[in-house]
Amino acid sequence: MWEQIRSNRIRSFWVISLLALLLIAAGLAFGAAFIGPDGALLGGTIALGLWLFMWLLTVSRGDNILAALTGAREVDGRQLPQLVNVVEEMTIAAGLSKTPRIFLVDDPAPNAFAIGRNPDRAAVAVTTGLLSILDRDELQGVVAHEIGHIKNRDVALMTTAGIMLGAIVLIGDIAMRSLFWGGARRSRSSSGNGNGAVVAIGILFLILTPILAQLLYFALSRRREYLADACGARFSRYPEGLARALEKLGGSRVAQADRSKVTAPMYIVRPLSPTRAAGSKKSGRSKTSAFSTHPSVEERVRILRAMGGGAGYASYEQAFHQVTDKSVIGARTLAAEGASLAAVAPAAAADPVASFTPPDVPGHAAPGPPPPAQAKRARQASDAFLSASGFHMVRCNGCNALLKIPASQRGRVQSCPRCQTPLP
Amino acid sequence: MTALWILLGLVVVLAFWFVVIYNGLVAARNEVDNSWSQIDVQLKRRHDLIPNLVETVRGYAKHEQQLFERITEARAAAMQAQSAATGAAGAVVVAKAENLLGGALAGIMAVAEAYPDLKASNNFLALQEELSSTENRIGFSRQAFNDAVNVLNTRREVFPANLISGGFERREFFQLDEVGERAVPSAEV
Repeated sequence: MWEQIRSNRIRSFWVISLLALLLIAAGLAFGAAFIGPDGALLGGTIALGLWLFMWLLTVSRGDNILAALTGAREVDGRQLPQLVNVVEEMTIAAGLSKTPRIFLVDDPAPNAFAIGRNPDRAAVAVTTGLLSILDRDELQGVVAHEIGHIKNRDVALMTTAGIMLGAIVLIGDIAMRSLFWGGARRSRSSSGNGNGAVVAIGILFLILTPILAQLLYFALSRRREYLADACGARFSRYPEGLARALEKLGGSRVAQADRSKVTAPMYIVRPLSPTRAAGSKKSGRSKTSAFSTHPSVEERVRILRAMGGGAGYASYEQAFHQVTDKSVIGARTLAAEGASLAAVAPAAAADPVASFTPPDVPGHAAPGPPPPAQAKRARQASDAFLSASGFHMVRCNGCNALLKIPASQRGRVQSCPRCQTPLP
Repeated sequence: MTALWILLGLVVVLAFWFVVIYNGLVAARNEVDNSWSQIDVQLKRRHDLIPNLVETVRGYAKHEQQLFERITEARAAAMQAQSAATGAAGAVVVAKAENLLGGALAGIMAVAEAYPDLKASNNFLALQEELSSTENRIGFSRQAFNDAVNVLNTRREVFPANLISGGFERREFFQLDEVGERAVPSAEV
């Protein structure tokens, strides 16, 4: 994904510079509005200092801050061996030099995201809800998608933008409040000074800043989700796994605890608000609008399913064209890919021999999902791990689904997420 | 005088061309060696899992002695091949030994099917996850290695690089799908 990496580098630069300009402009306006024309310089200097501080913060601790913001905690191989294994496998497949840190978010809504300043200092986070509804192949697809974000430097841009934007929104917010309380008092005492215009400009900036920042942030998204899907298919060599996972994630109606606008674009599917989760007939993620941070899940699944037995970038590009009539992957990446890559049904957890079917012999495209018996054994194995790592197993009386509830959510899940039947 | 300058210019261009192509070849070779060491790590991981697996299965299926011997031998042979493997032919030797080991592994996993207690034991389930993860890792690192080999082989053969690429060996792909794997008789999997 050579083009995406370059574009992300350029965008990172622009995000940092543009947000710096915005911040300084806001600082100038803020200073002018409160202290008068002399204050503009002071406000600007403070804003510049603030920007420098935030930039240093982003570079040194950006991933930790975002992880903390979403309430993620780090896990290791003893707690969740399968998750750690899957992340390590995908690290190898992507050719990253270092395995990302792995975080778990206690949230029944299935979702995942990646963060980090650069590929060597990245992290992958999944929610407990995700682990409870996905099997190994699907989890592999999701992790491959996230590793794709890391590899394409999307996370570097997102982390930078996330921290910077978070700060701008915060400052705009503070300014609005203090202008509301303090500005009213000031404008009475200085109504004859003729700097009402400065105050007006100040207000304009304060209103515009968060909106501009927001739009800028949204402009970063979308295409990168498709590209990460393409990476996900290529790294896991099994587009069906990711397609099934996206279907499950998109179909989930569990509202997400983390609803911050700052973190929203990081996730693999758009986090669902409680109103959306309860109100919509289907899922709340089907439409794509100008303000969406994510393309529609249905379309992403359709593209993955249209790859026709291939797993490489070329297959994805062709499928993307077939579904949307547009192009997504750059010519240089396609040219560098070389031989086409066939999709391979992954080794089911129960059958270590399966991976020895020759994956790169032409004409030997292994089709479809693993046979039911294998899938069942794989699921049993994954259930055993989950229950060993503290998950609570409940059988739903309504639809007979086996619910796997993480220890931290025990007692908090009152009804079956699939059929809404109250749990015993 | 002009001719001298042209000659000088030509020499400079040639030297530059040589440096670029030579460095490209070195980078490609290093990439191959690097991705080979990845495979090496994963094969070691596979070898390390086997004693544990044998112990666990032995606890439930004592009389499958022949199978245990075969897998232990195959493991020893694979480790021997791995430590001895060097250069271009290394990949082929290792692949052969690993194929035999893979066959033995398949045999032991097939036997496990006949022992429900074994299949249900937590220890075995954990081993199963580790094994399938290891097989995936081998598969993915093999892909990376073969990609790197492909790049090197192409780069050293194209004109004009082939004029100076004599010092760079052609490398073999790492194939795990040769006869050995299927030749080992084992229960239907």
